[in-house]
Amino acid sequence: MSKFAENMIRKDAWTGLMMGNHALVRAMLESGVMVVSAYPGSPTPEIAAAIEIIPEEQRPIHFEWATNEKVATETAFGASINGHLSVVFFKSVGLNVALDSAVQLSMLDCTGGMVVVIGDDPGANSSQNEQDNRHAGRMMMMPIFEPGSPSETYTMFMEAAELSKKLKLPVLFRMTTHVCHARELVEFGPIPDFDYDWTPQYHAKGLEYWPITTAVFPLKRKAFAKLAAVEKHALSSPANRVISPNGSEAVNGRRLGVITHSIPAYSVLECLDRSGSPIDVLKLGITFPLNPEQIVDFLNAHDEVFILEELDRILESEIKAIAFDNKVTTKILVRPEVEHLMHEFVPQRVWDLFSGFWPECFEPQPARAEPAEEVSPRLAQMCPGCGHRSAFFAIRELIEEEFPDTITVADIGCHSLGSMKPYEMGTVLLCMGHSNGTAGGLAIGNDKRKVVCFIGDSTFFHAGLPGIINNVLYDRNVTLVVLENYTTAMTGHQPHAASGEIGDKIKIPEVLEALGVKFLRSVDAYMQDKLKDHMRDAMNHEGFGVVIAKHPCMLKFIRDKRKRAAATKNAQSVNR
Amino acid sequence: MKNYNIFICGVGGQGIGLLSEVLIQSCLAAGYAVLGVDTHGLAQRGGIVVSHLRIGTRDKLFTPRITPGEADLIVGLERLEAYRGIVNYMRDGGSCIYYDAEQQPIHVRMGMTDYPAISELEQAVAERHGKLERVFIEDLPDVRMQNTAVLGRIASFELVEGVTGDIIREQLLEISPAGARDANQRVFEQAMAART
Ligand SMILES: Cc1ncc(C[n+]2csc(CCOP(=O)(O)OP(=O)(O)O)c2C)c(N)n1
Ligand code: SF4
Repeated sequence: MSKFAENMIRKDAWTGLMMGNHALVRAMLESGVMVVSAYPGSPTPEIAAAIEIIPEEQRPIHFEWATNEKVATETAFGASINGHLSVVFFKSVGLNVALDSAVQLSMLDCTGGMVVVIGDDPGANSSQNEQDNRHAGRMMMMPIFEPGSPSETYTMFMEAAELSKKLKLPVLFRMTTHVCHARELVEFGPIPDFDYDWTPQYHAKGLEYWPITTAVFPLKRKAFAKLAAVEKHALSSPANRVISPNGSEAVNGRRLGVITHSIPAYSVLECLDRSGSPIDVLKLGITFPLNPEQIVDFLNAHDEVFILEELDRILESEIKAIAFDNKVTTKILVRPEVEHLMHEFVPQRVWDLFSGFWPECFEPQPARAEPAEEVSPRLAQMCPGCGHRSAFFAIRELIEEEFPDTITVADIGCHSLGSMKPYEMGTVLLCMGHSNGTAGGLAIGNDKRKVVCFIGDSTFFHAGLPGIINNVLYDRNVTLVVLENYTTAMTGHQPHAASGEIGDKIKIPEVLEALGVKFLRSVDAYMQDKLKDHMRDAMNHEGFGVVIAKHPCMLKFIRDKRKRAAATKNAQSVNR
Repeated sequence: MKNYNIFICGVGGQGIGLLSEVLIQSCLAAGYAVLGVDTHGLAQRGGIVVSHLRIGTRDKLFTPRITPGEADLIVGLERLEAYRGIVNYMRDGGSCIYYDAEQQPIHVRMGMTDYPAISELEQAVAERHGKLERVFIEDLPDVRMQNTAVLGRIASFELVEGVTGDIIREQLLEISPAGARDANQRVFEQAMAART
């Protein structure tokens, strides 16, 4: 067992350098989590890596990759109503997929407790948008916990899991990219002796798990009552605290305060350390529901309070409403520009923002001169030898030579990089699995331009199937290229339904045949001439046609080969 | 003490993770507090990978990311990325230690931009009143050891008081996979001795 895994499952307390994602896993073990389900997506895959590195026979957690985020959520829900503390995790946009199920959860008693962990992505470091899932938390009626560091990830997860079990209410645990990937020393506690009772405890007396029409209202009332309990809890929670690093005194006769959350809170503290000003900070770890008493007390203790949040105006709106209702006269300051509703709040940016309001505390600094040097950009590229490259090369050549004006529709995966030079294949992109639907729409009433769309094999199962079925049903004039590489490559090579690593492989050509696809060809992506022939035939075919361009992900192939070689070497040295 | 900021940069697949892990553990072993953050994401496909390390005392460390223009040390594993690191992150009077590997991005290969000459790095560092240390080993047994070579050179300087060459060597050997330990040590010593 690796040293890392040994530490992970150590029974006693210890302190170690940990990434946020890994600190989360230790917190799961210390909280007695039994079931974890997920779908991969940055910034969260390292959570799975830290679970999977623990040898299965010593791992109290049942972990599995689901087909998509919705299934992952349902899996964790099923485990929770059976009495087992569960976790589901995925990236920010994963919640869009999960939402149809997730919006019901808070109305139903999640008896074992359930924590929904999301990796939001302010700054769009690895996502197609910056969506602020604190909105979704409100719609789902789930309390929101927002850690700002690996240590807080650890302590706040324990608190969230405890609260969830107590109230039988799912909790939204909102991490962000640079919380997931930050590293620091974290002080862990011991792992208690849980009995990990796998007895199925699901029990429905009546319609309490059946929220339809009039049955909704008693359930919704129950959810509101649970949220009220969380509101009370927020008042005494260590996650919500006032920090006064430089003492609290008036500045030019005004008492100043900041209400903030997550990483921006640490940026504020860094600025206060530089500035030395006696400004108080209310750092909110539980950002929904807010406790009005806590907010009003802080506001009333100050003459001016800046609400500093990352992304949308959520705390701003709610705190202003609380202030209005409570006739608070404190001056409330907020971010003035649209530009402030985007990107992350690193210390320099906080300083510049505050210096516009409180120059006596944050002396305005000249903007750093743009460096004079020009540095070549470096775009991510598909690996050398990648089958996607070969397929794009051939298809581009065919389109240029024989079908100019073709509209190409991209999807999400490593192959999204085919949209860039030199291939420029796939010029419109929404989200995972959109390509068939979008291509279908582009084909309506269109007898002039061909439509070609792409999809990866993990995405095929995740959200691709409904769009494909639509194109089969309406026999759309669309050519679908399935780029099959037997893995979920983009996010770090997780298994999927057709990778053969979980159960029996579900074969994509057989699925397509069963769906009634009339034109279906399959070819190795390296065989460019044959691929071109198939593509030509597919594009000339009236109606929906599918070409599977397959080739194993070369990066995974090489890594697996190295791992096998290392394993043989180890085995040999043991034998000797 | 004032915080010491190390900005590590290179291209996906060059082993930045190991490099920053060794440096963090070395600083911890020397009694400092450390915060770090890595960029992950499209690492395997030749994209830019960076890691930020901030070293100091616990009460003075808040966020792991380094403000542009405030890095004391740029550690580069590739020439263009080292150049980008210097230009964007090096403070006035900072240093840069880089392995002179060359990985041309697509823009350079398509003739849209130029790949920097060593002299451009020298000039950029001079303008910032800094120091530049180039690492290159003719007969490096494996390109995956460029990170070890850079560590060896860092170890020859004791840039942060108390983070000695011996501590860095010890952490490297502790973290290296067993099969690569001897080779790593040889490269480490060679790079350490070749200090200019
Ligand atoms: C809803 C949602 N979940 C997860 C992700 C993260 N993600 C990006 S691409 C991808 C899958 C790529 O796998 P595949 O379709 O097999 O293409 P490949 O990368 O292997 O070429 C995932 C899971 C996302 N963008 N959206
Ligand atoms: S990781 Fe695999 S699928 Fe992705 S670009 Fe590299 S070889 Fe291609």
